[in-house]
Amino acid sequence: MKLTGAQILIECLLEQGVDTVFGYPGGTVLDIYDALYGAQNKINHYLTSHEQGAAHAADGYARASGKTGVVIATSGPGATNLVTGIATTYMDSIPMVAITGNVALASLGRDSFQEIDITGVTMPITKNNYIIKSVEELADTVREAFYLAGSGRKGPVLVDIPKNVQQAVCEFTPKTPSVFIPKNVEDAQVQPAATLVINCKRPVIMAGGGIIASGANEELLRFAEKIQAPVCCTLMGLGGFPASHPLFLGMIGMHGTVAANRTMSEADLIIAVGCRFSDRVAGNRDKFGYGAKILHMDIDNAEIDKNIRADVALLGDNKKTLTALTAMVDTVERAEWIAKAQAYKESARKPQSIRAEKIIRALSEKTGGKAVVTTDVGQHQMWTAQYYDFEDPRLLITSGGLGTMGFGVGAAIGASIAKNGQKTYLVTGDGCFHMNLNELATAVRFNVPIVILLMNNNVLGMVHQWQKLFYGKRFSQTTLDRKTDYVALAEAFGAVGMRITSDEEISPILDKAMACNRPVVIDCLIGSDDNVLPMIPAGKSTDDMITELED
Amino acid sequence: MEQRHTISALVTNRSGVLTRISGLFARRGYNIESLSVCATEDPQFSRMTIVACADEHVLDQIVKQLDKLVDIKKITLAEDKTSIFRELLLVKLHADADVRAQIMQIATIYKAKTVDLSLQSMVLELTGEPDKLDAFLKVAEPFGIIEMARTGVTAIARGDVSIKDTVDYDELI
Repeated sequence: MKLTGAQILIECLLEQGVDTVFGYPGGTVLDIYDALYGAQNKINHYLTSHEQGAAHAADGYARASGKTGVVIATSGPGATNLVTGIATTYMDSIPMVAITGNVALASLGRDSFQEIDITGVTMPITKNNYIIKSVEELADTVREAFYLAGSGRKGPVLVDIPKNVQQAVCEFTPKTPSVFIPKNVEDAQVQPAATLVINCKRPVIMAGGGIIASGANEELLRFAEKIQAPVCCTLMGLGGFPASHPLFLGMIGMHGTVAANRTMSEADLIIAVGCRFSDRVAGNRDKFGYGAKILHMDIDNAEIDKNIRADVALLGDNKKTLTALTAMVDTVERAEWIAKAQAYKESARKPQSIRAEKIIRALSEKTGGKAVVTTDVGQHQMWTAQYYDFEDPRLLITSGGLGTMGFGVGAAIGASIAKNGQKTYLVTGDGCFHMNLNELATAVRFNVPIVILLMNNNVLGMVHQWQKLFYGKRFSQTTLDRKTDYVALAEAFGAVGMRITSDEEISPILDKAMACNRPVVIDCLIGSDDNVLPMIPAGKSTDDMITELED
Repeated sequence: MEQRHTISALVTNRSGVLTRISGLFARRGYNIESLSVCATEDPQFSRMTIVACADEHVLDQIVKQLDKLVDIKKITLAEDKTSIFRELLLVKLHADADVRAQIMQIATIYKAKTVDLSLQSMVLELTGEPDKLDAFLKVAEPFGIIEMARTGVTAIARGDVSIKDTVDYDELI
């Protein structure tokens, strides 16, 4: 059948099983939106307040569902407004396809109205990107974009479609989309890894985002139990191993638990699965894993030996490699080593102190560690990682690699939609919330049940903490002193506003918010001097871990 | 220890590929000494030869990061002992009547061709391994180089093997 480029795009989206897109119309995407109008009963489009919110929503959608998020924006400023959102998905390897319009081919390169070389701008932050010069190549390019976004190490792909290409007509032939099928691993590939595991005495497993990306949480559990290795997770891996499991040590790294960091530093084998030894985990690359052998299991060849030298590397999809490895190793008992790890856990246990901890622990208990919890970036993000006990994958939705403030509201909306309107929680700060609070309107418009826990301390918490520790308390530009009344603000947007001003109010207010079917903003007043601890300063190792700070 | 390495790659013949590759080098801080691109026997692909100065670890990363790019179909290192390296040089030297004969002598020894002659200058063309070109330039320099243009090295492996035999990253996972 003969279709316009815009219609072909919609057909390709439907081919890929896309039923949800986020976006914002504009001049150079008029034809795409016209085609969307005709496909209203097949594709749900969520209009946001800002393209950045749409990108974060597509991102949250992808993280929560495992499907590829789709965002549509117009040319020029619409496209550039996507940049932060695309970079966020790039750093965390989240599958996303961003579709932008552009001026007609004849107008390209003439500094036309709302013209931007978006492929040039996003080249370093996409797996690949395309500008479509003729309608005949549109369908196959879109198919390639989706395949690329969801294959190997996943990530964002941008497709830029000039207006005349959207309007041009050509023959369209439907095609079944090709899906990435990871290769099976040969025993010969796995043997060196198995040898390391069989010969170790004090193993620790470090599980990262790759476990969640490959859906390998069950394989990880079986493996860890078979070889009796304690497990810690990077921020991106939280939920990949159940927090309630006796082998779980907590998060590793800069703000990781005492148990995770200390156990890791005494291990003789570190099994790093689906993680990349980021500078938040391996602060001091010379000291990290000193005295231990390192087994690095990842799907991205370029990560092997990039930051930390691996003794053995096992390249491949984690689900496959973990299954193969589990079959080639023996069941062991390691009572002494496990007891040591448990002792670290016990010794670090302390009574709840700061209000943020109490709020997040209360939320964790009330939801059984099974709620979808989105965060923004900063102290509140670390407190969420530390105090919410994530039981399953695809529950924690957080910007780890890029650390994007303002990610939260859009992402929470996308995550809730991905989970069929399940209630979603957003833990955010007053700094972060001000960045993209415009998306509250979107949550209200589509009645997305998000409960926003706004950790209100009047400061940019994390930066404030660093200024306290490393800059002689010279609090440069981190005191907000804004007069925003978050309850009134919530009501003004059409949401419900609540406030927690004391520890006693935590439980009843949380119950009230959880019973509410409309978007809720809870203004949680917390101390501006509260710290995220433990802390391993940047570039340092476990030896330098700070567990206490004098006030 | 930093050394010079030559990387050969088969890349898709699409616009933007060169930008993507040079962008990768720029943002990861890799040092490009030279880069040359040419057509191949297959119109879908171009062949790129990159000379980079790096230590072992950085070289490993360069090859892996390039291999990850969708546009790079095959990538291989051109090893000193098993590859042929060639580069073309055009150099314009100050050459009035007094010194013309001396320059011709050097040209004969190095097997360089004279491709242009004017009252005050001459242009010599030389093809060969980069070291040979470097040596020639050292000898020619005292006469005064007005300007020069080097293509950057291109390389091809000796024997029956071909770059098309290498295994791309995508085929491993």
